[in-house]
Amino acid sequence: MRSTFGSPVLDAAARLLAPFMWLFAAYVVIHGHESPGGGFQAGVIVAASIILLRLVRGRLAASVLTSRDALTLACLGPLLYGGIGIASFFFGGNFLDYGVFPFPMEPSEVRAMGTLGIEIGVAVGVAGVLVLIFDALARWEDGTL
Amino acid sequence: MIRRLTVLLLAPALVVLLQAAADLPEVGDSTAPAFAHVAPYYLAHAHEETGAANYVTAVLADYRGYDTFGELTVIFTAGLACLLILGVCDKATPGRDGA
Amino acid sequence: MSLLAPGQLQYALAALLMLTGLYGMLAKTNLARKLMAMNVMQVAVIVFFIALAVRSGGSPPIEIEHAATQIEPAYANPLPHALMLTAIVVSVSTTGVALALLVRVHRRFRTLDESKLLDRLRE
Repeated sequence: MRSTFGSPVLDAAARLLAPFMWLFAAYVVIHGHESPGGGFQAGVIVAASIILLRLVRGRLAASVLTSRDALTLACLGPLLYGGIGIASFFFGGNFLDYGVFPFPMEPSEVRAMGTLGIEIGVAVGVAGVLVLIFDALARWEDGTL
Repeated sequence: MIRRLTVLLLAPALVVLLQAAADLPEVGDSTAPAFAHVAPYYLAHAHEETGAANYVTAVLADYRGYDTFGELTVIFTAGLACLLILGVCDKATPGRDGA
Repeated sequence: MSLLAPGQLQYALAALLMLTGLYGMLAKTNLARKLMAMNVMQVAVIVFFIALAVRSGGSPPIEIEHAATQIEPAYANPLPHALMLTAIVVSVSTTGVALALLVRVHRRFRTLDESKLLDRLRE
C-alpha cells in the first residue's frame, strides 16, 4: 500500500489501541456465552485492529500479521471448526455433537466447551479472511502479496 | 429518462410491498408466527441443554452448528476468491491481463 | 386496501430501503454505485428480519437472573438474530469479492461506467 495517514499522534494512538482491541476480542469470544458476543464479532474486532495498524503505519505494519499469516489463519479457522466436528466421531457422537466429549463436567458445560472451541475457530477464520480481503484489495497496485 | 422509467417501474412495487406489510403481524406482537415454532423451545431449553446463557450463541453454535460451518466455508471461499480474482499470488506473471 | 398500522412502520422502512437499493441498481450507471445499492438492499433484508424478532417489552435474548423479581422475563426471538449475524458477515465477504471484481474490471478497462464499458467491449 503506497499512501498512509501516518503522523506521530495517529501512530502512538494506533499502537496503544491495538493490544486493547485484541484483549477486547478475547473477552468477546470467551464471554460469548454469557453476554453479547461470539466468534464472528471477535474475528471482526481482531481484523479491525490489524486493518487500523495497516492504515496508519502502511508498509511498516506489514510485519504485524503478514498476508501469508492471514492466509494461514483463514485456513486454520474452518480446520479447527471441522476438526472439533470430526473429533466428536471418535467419542461416539454425530458431527458437531459436542456433548460426547469426556470432560469431567456437567453435560451442558461440556457442550459449552465445545461451543467455545468452534467460536474460536470462527473468530480465527473471520479475522484471517477479512485481513486477507483488505490486503488483496489494498495491494493490487503492487501486484505482490 | 431511465430514471423516470425506473421510478415508474418501482412505484407499483412499493404499493405491493406496503400492501403486503399491512398483512404482517405488528412489530413486537409475541403471538406472531415467528414466535410460535422453534423460538419458544430455544428460549425454554437452550440454557440447560447447551450451557450458554446467550441464546443467540446457543442457536448459532450448537443447534445450528452445521449451518454456521457452512457460513464459515462461504467466508473462507470468498477470501480465496478475492486472492484468485486479483491474482496477487502469482508473482511470476505480474499484470498478466495486459493492464 | 388496508392502511398500515403504526406498529407496521418498520416493514414500510424495510420496503423503502429495498426499493432505494433496487432503484440504485437499476438507474445508476457506475458499477461501484450499483454495488453500494446492493448493500442497501441487504440492509433492508436485515432490518426486516430484526423487526420480526422484536417482542414488545422483551429483553435481548440473553438469559438474566430473575430470582429477585419472580417475573418470567420475555425475550426477543433469538432465531432471526442468529440468522442475520451470519448474513452480515457473509455480506461483508461477498462485498469483498465484488470489490475485487470491480478492481479487476477497472484494471482492464480503466472505467466502471456501464455505457463506456459496453463501448470498450464492442471495440
